[in-house]
Amino acid sequence: MIRLPCPWCGARNVDEFAWHGEVAVRPDPASATRERWRAYLYLRDNPFGWVRETWYHRMGCERWLVVERHTGTGEVRTCVDGGERARPRRTDRADDGPATPAGPREVPT
Amino acid sequence: MTLPDRQHTRRRGTRRRLPGGRYSAAQLLRHGSTGRPWERAWREHDLAPSYDVVIIGGGVHGLATAYELAARHGITRVAVVDRGYLGGGGSGRNTAIVRANYLTPEGVRFYDRSLALYRQLARELNLNVMFSRRGHLTLAHSDSALRTMRWRAEVNKLEGVDSEVLDADEVARLVPGLDVSERPRFPVLGALYHPPGGVVRHDAVVWGYARAADGHGVHLHQGTEVTGIDVRDGRVRGVETTRGRIATERVVNCTAGWASLVAGMAGVELPIVTHPLQAAVTEPLRPFLHPVVVSGTLHVYLSQTDRGELVFGAATDPFASYSMRGSLGFAEGLASHVLELLPALAHVRLLRQWAGLCDVTPDFSPIMGTSPVEGFFCNVGWGTYGFKAAPAAGEAMATCVATGTPPPLIASFGLDRFADGRLVGERGAAAVGH
Repeated sequence: MIRLPCPWCGARNVDEFAWHGEVAVRPDPASATRERWRAYLYLRDNPFGWVRETWYHRMGCERWLVVERHTGTGEVRTCVDGGERARPRRTDRADDGPATPAGPREVPT
Repeated sequence: MTLPDRQHTRRRGTRRRLPGGRYSAAQLLRHGSTGRPWERAWREHDLAPSYDVVIIGGGVHGLATAYELAARHGITRVAVVDRGYLGGGGSGRNTAIVRANYLTPEGVRFYDRSLALYRQLARELNLNVMFSRRGHLTLAHSDSALRTMRWRAEVNKLEGVDSEVLDADEVARLVPGLDVSERPRFPVLGALYHPPGGVVRHDAVVWGYARAADGHGVHLHQGTEVTGIDVRDGRVRGVETTRGRIATERVVNCTAGWASLVAGMAGVELPIVTHPLQAAVTEPLRPFLHPVVVSGTLHVYLSQTDRGELVFGAATDPFASYSMRGSLGFAEGLASHVLELLPALAHVRLLRQWAGLCDVTPDFSPIMGTSPVEGFFCNVGWGTYGFKAAPAAGEAMATCVATGTPPPLIASFGLDRFADGRLVGERGAAAVGH
């Protein structure tokens, strides 16, 4: 069973969280090329290994979290509050900017 | 069932060329009475330095494609490479259900073709694949689900596929023990009934295709992992494996779970996210359940095998993962959902549970055909619907590889549909729990 170390609620069963997939920052719809927009919609790295993902603690603090997780072992390296920038569907002009953790400290697994 | 376009090519040459000869009642008697061991169903070969076609993935899709290439297109210098063993991935982990009651006309036509091929596969491959026509029920627990069932039934009928919406009483007559009262949180309001659906023994399909492909000269290489794909000037030149290099100009990606990683070796990006899907099987019970029963709302589907075990499948796990380990949370959730449907099963014990990997695409339809790299073909993105599609996918992909052009049956399923915005949305019919 995977447990996510929520920075606000402590380690909780993964069933409490909703998964939103790899961290993908929405390009500016006005200036993004067709290819860039398509990549944002459909293409993900889908790696076997470590991946940065957006999760939502729906049955807890209802905060957006950025989680580093291994897709082969289920191991969780970090789980930090993603703040406003982790929320999916937010327009962001900085294409490649990772979500800046705005919450408290990183909690070790 | 008549399949006029294949009748004239039927069993061309398979009679004498199968390893160990044709399986027959006389053979069974001879081996049974003398104790003479059976010959191995397929042979092992050294890796040849070059092949006309290299197929990555030794599951039903890879083997069906290899068989069709050799048997129907005369392309026999074909290698199927798999890093594990034949049928060890999704082909041996699915819940063996076949059906054609999809939502889009393209989907319905494609899966109907596959069902037609499954019906006669035992004769085609000279191996009993235990095709069992059971009827397939997709339960509706809400008005909106019932509307989707009606929609699917009408699309199916337009395409000549037998599907109909039943009310709760009719469903209860088909499934003894099903709770159709008002008691459950999600009462059964009706169901989409698809009489041609059923189950097939999935291992036998793998073995049948492997043996028949071997009989036509295809080389099956187990324990051979692809480590790289050599692409120069936009063309495939070869494949690097753990057993050495193979020169080839045509590679078919028939992997499940690993499709996006294999495609990445050729520089092809696939819109795929890999999710595990868990399944479980109970101890054997006396036969009581004839049809396959699916409930999207409760994230569960079940059928009874010929041995009496109940096979349960679920929705894909709600996050991406390559882990094939079962989880306790799954078993708990599954049990509670099954008991909502069939309360009498409360004391039945689970024997084992497992997981398989599903490559999920944005529109819940597969990706079949060519790719931006010349000579690199895709037969991937099979999510939770790969097993039921294998014979038709193998047939169509073989034509695609032999001629360089996808046949009309799969033309809508190309990788370019994501760039052009021509998605084939099967979300309402392809999976449970979405």
